[in-house]
Amino acid sequence: MANLTINGKTLTLDVEPDTPLLWAIRENAGLTGTKYGCGIAQCGACTVHIDGVATRSCGVSVAEAEGKKITTIEGLASGATLHKVQEAWIAKDVPQCGYCQSGMIMAVAALLNEKPKPTDADIDEAITNICRCGTFQQVREAIHTIAAA
Amino acid sequence: MNKHVSPKMNRRAFVVGSAAVGAGLAIGLDLPFGGPTVVRAADGSPEIGAWVVVRPDDTVVIRIARSEMGQGSLTGLAQLVAEELECDWSKVTTEYPTPGQSVARKRVWGDFSTGGSRGIRSSQDYVRKGGATARVMLIEAAANEWKVPASECTVARGVITHKASGRTTTYGKVAEAAAKLTPPADVKLKDPKDWTIIGKGLLRLDTADKTTGTMTYGIDVKLPGMLNAAIKDCPVFGGKLKSYDEAKVTSMKGVKKVVKVGDTAVAVVADTWWHAKTALEALPIVWDEGDNAKVSSGSIAKWLTEGLDNDQPAYVGNKNGDAKAAIASAAKKVEAVYSYPYQNHATMEPMNATALYTADKCEVWCGTQNGEAAFAAVLEASGLPAEKCDVHKVMPGGGFGRRGQTDYVRQAVMVAKQMPGTPVKLLWSREEDMAHGRYHPITQCKMTGAFDANNNLVALHYRLSGQSILFSLRPEALQNGMDPAAFQGVAQSGEAAFGYSVPNLLVEHAMRNPHVPPGFWRGVNVNHNAIYMECFMDELAQAAGQDPLEFRRKLMVNHPKHLAVLNAVAEKIGWDTPAPKGVYRGIAQVMGYGSYVAGAAEISVTDGSKIKVHRIVASTDPGYVVNPAQVERQIAGSFVYGLSALFYGGCTVKDGKIEQTNFDTYNSMRINEMPKVESVMVPSGGFWGGVGEPTIGVAAPAVLNAYFAATGKRIRSVPLRDQNITFA
Repeated sequence: MANLTINGKTLTLDVEPDTPLLWAIRENAGLTGTKYGCGIAQCGACTVHIDGVATRSCGVSVAEAEGKKITTIEGLASGATLHKVQEAWIAKDVPQCGYCQSGMIMAVAALLNEKPKPTDADIDEAITNICRCGTFQQVREAIHTIAAA
Repeated sequence: MNKHVSPKMNRRAFVVGSAAVGAGLAIGLDLPFGGPTVVRAADGSPEIGAWVVVRPDDTVVIRIARSEMGQGSLTGLAQLVAEELECDWSKVTTEYPTPGQSVARKRVWGDFSTGGSRGIRSSQDYVRKGGATARVMLIEAAANEWKVPASECTVARGVITHKASGRTTTYGKVAEAAAKLTPPADVKLKDPKDWTIIGKGLLRLDTADKTTGTMTYGIDVKLPGMLNAAIKDCPVFGGKLKSYDEAKVTSMKGVKKVVKVGDTAVAVVADTWWHAKTALEALPIVWDEGDNAKVSSGSIAKWLTEGLDNDQPAYVGNKNGDAKAAIASAAKKVEAVYSYPYQNHATMEPMNATALYTADKCEVWCGTQNGEAAFAAVLEASGLPAEKCDVHKVMPGGGFGRRGQTDYVRQAVMVAKQMPGTPVKLLWSREEDMAHGRYHPITQCKMTGAFDANNNLVALHYRLSGQSILFSLRPEALQNGMDPAAFQGVAQSGEAAFGYSVPNLLVEHAMRNPHVPPGFWRGVNVNHNAIYMECFMDELAQAAGQDPLEFRRKLMVNHPKHLAVLNAVAEKIGWDTPAPKGVYRGIAQVMGYGSYVAGAAEISVTDGSKIKVHRIVASTDPGYVVNPAQVERQIAGSFVYGLSALFYGGCTVKDGKIEQTNFDTYNSMRINEMPKVESVMVPSGGFWGGVGEPTIGVAAPAVLNAYFAATGKRIRSVPLRDQNITFA
């Protein structure tokens, strides 16, 4: 059993402490917006915020995440109001297949939290998610749009 | 908002005809655009032909048979229907019919396959007619109600007007009456110059759910009582499962059952996938790897190299004059050997499918590029007849050709068949996905060009050796055992025709089929053919002492559409003006999937091994552009996919197995490595070409030719990581 605080709610989950957080989120908490891509913290599809820091949840154990504030893509909006990154993603038509975009959006939200007006170099450094569809130029454009707002 | 078919709704969504035509399916209805019998969608709204459902609130539901997988076809196809329907775009939603429903209605929705960049171009005619037919019926219904001739009525954005009497009504109000009318025998489609929805860069219909984590991909399917399965197939292709010791894992947490899957694989079924995977990794498995375990990349390469020898038999794909004789007597000749490796599709979402098997029913939920092929796989694996099976398509996390295959669907059914009554989701690990791809075929190519004394190219011999996809996946499409698709991009004519005129030409293919299973990988045979031909074209230009663009232009006089896109990129990148200091340019063109494309790159190279790509310009002539915003994304995405394969890709074989296991050994480009792609669309009209794939052909050769311009070194094999060349 483990207590995980996800999107503001503390959940008691029947999960072993060495289970990767990704799978506890998807299978035990039932929040499937966070995606499995590689399981070795390479692709970023499973990115969530842990205490506000963009983190690849496949590389973090449940034991390490206990007691921390976890935010998933489902918890990014404030009620019915979408987060500015989600709004920009819709306005700029960023996703193609969309599978990597939960992680991409979480990574971008964390970047903007830290640097509200990131340069291209900041984006290059912070956004290291794989997107096989190749949405990179829409991602970059959408980030700059948010920063300029 | 687009209403996507999700697992919870889609069991009901297409149980048509419930109220009006009695319970169950509307089996036997074969009128392509509807008929006197009203067929209803799940919510009771009437179909106005198979492609359009109109709800009382004026919402228009457009049926989409092809698969959306990120390429935007769902939106483009809806635009095609909406254009002719004259409905209000803001009230359009889409729905997937199931393959089972389509088969039950004599394939009323036509082909479901979504590959070969055919999604739009192969269905544009009948889906536009579907929209036009519904428009005619809706107007006729209003005219009947008003007792006026239909010809006096007009429609705009779903509002029908009879100007003389000043009356108006809406599609939603006349839909019931329209559905009872006999569809017109023939409809006239709009002149492209009158299009108002086609040609617009409208926002996609399926974006919002992708930003909130609520889009259902195959991996996200949830059914009551569902279990999860992890699978291992023999890592040596063609090998078999010998034995496994299930006693070692049956007491592990969450494990329900260990099942044999066919002759080659074993799966663990558990409460969660993580438990299933953990147990599978602990399961002792003995494989019978067979003779293929002796095969390596080295042995494959040696076999392919033998096929380059002119004494070996080969299949001629394009020929004029006598290339061998002209080469033998030429003033000067140039020869080079190129190669292209296996590539995995590496879709972001690994292969998966969820199956529910009972004695009299088998249903599957999965991402697929070909609903009907997945349906056929369900029939075969379940042993049940068509009326007892169905496939519910959900959003695939990438396709790129991989999800046109149905191996994972078959496996899911084989697992579920051993757990009757319990839905089972089978998910491959990334490692399983890397080990069991349907790989871009492996080839080598020897090219010989010959010049006369005035540096005119007089002969070209293009000899491919390597794998045939059709041999493995569609043997019925072979011609006397030979593969005509091997010549995509260098073919004599057709949708992937060679764009140069050479007086003595010989293009041929020596087929060599190693045991590694090939597949249709975005761009398919255009990829390597474009790299070989366009890089060698640069070598020929160099040998002739001519500018690569000018050299090509002279050979392209009889190929104006090929030339037009090449000229468009040359102009956009500023070929006639010097590049910035330290920056070098490369250019390439090819035809594929009925479209003409060209690309140019500006790069700089540090220490001969660190490449920075500064600019990419790409041009395409697909005949018509349905949604320029999506075409632009397909062009840019093709560069990301193609350059990822060039720099980081390549699957190698050791002891009969693929060596790359995950994104650490099979990397993909990141945002910092990819410049903006400047696309130039030059649709010339009169034909419909594909968009998703052709551009990938020019991605690698544009960069490789720029690398030569920068360094004076030719790169003739892929990937660059094997040559210690990477992004700066």
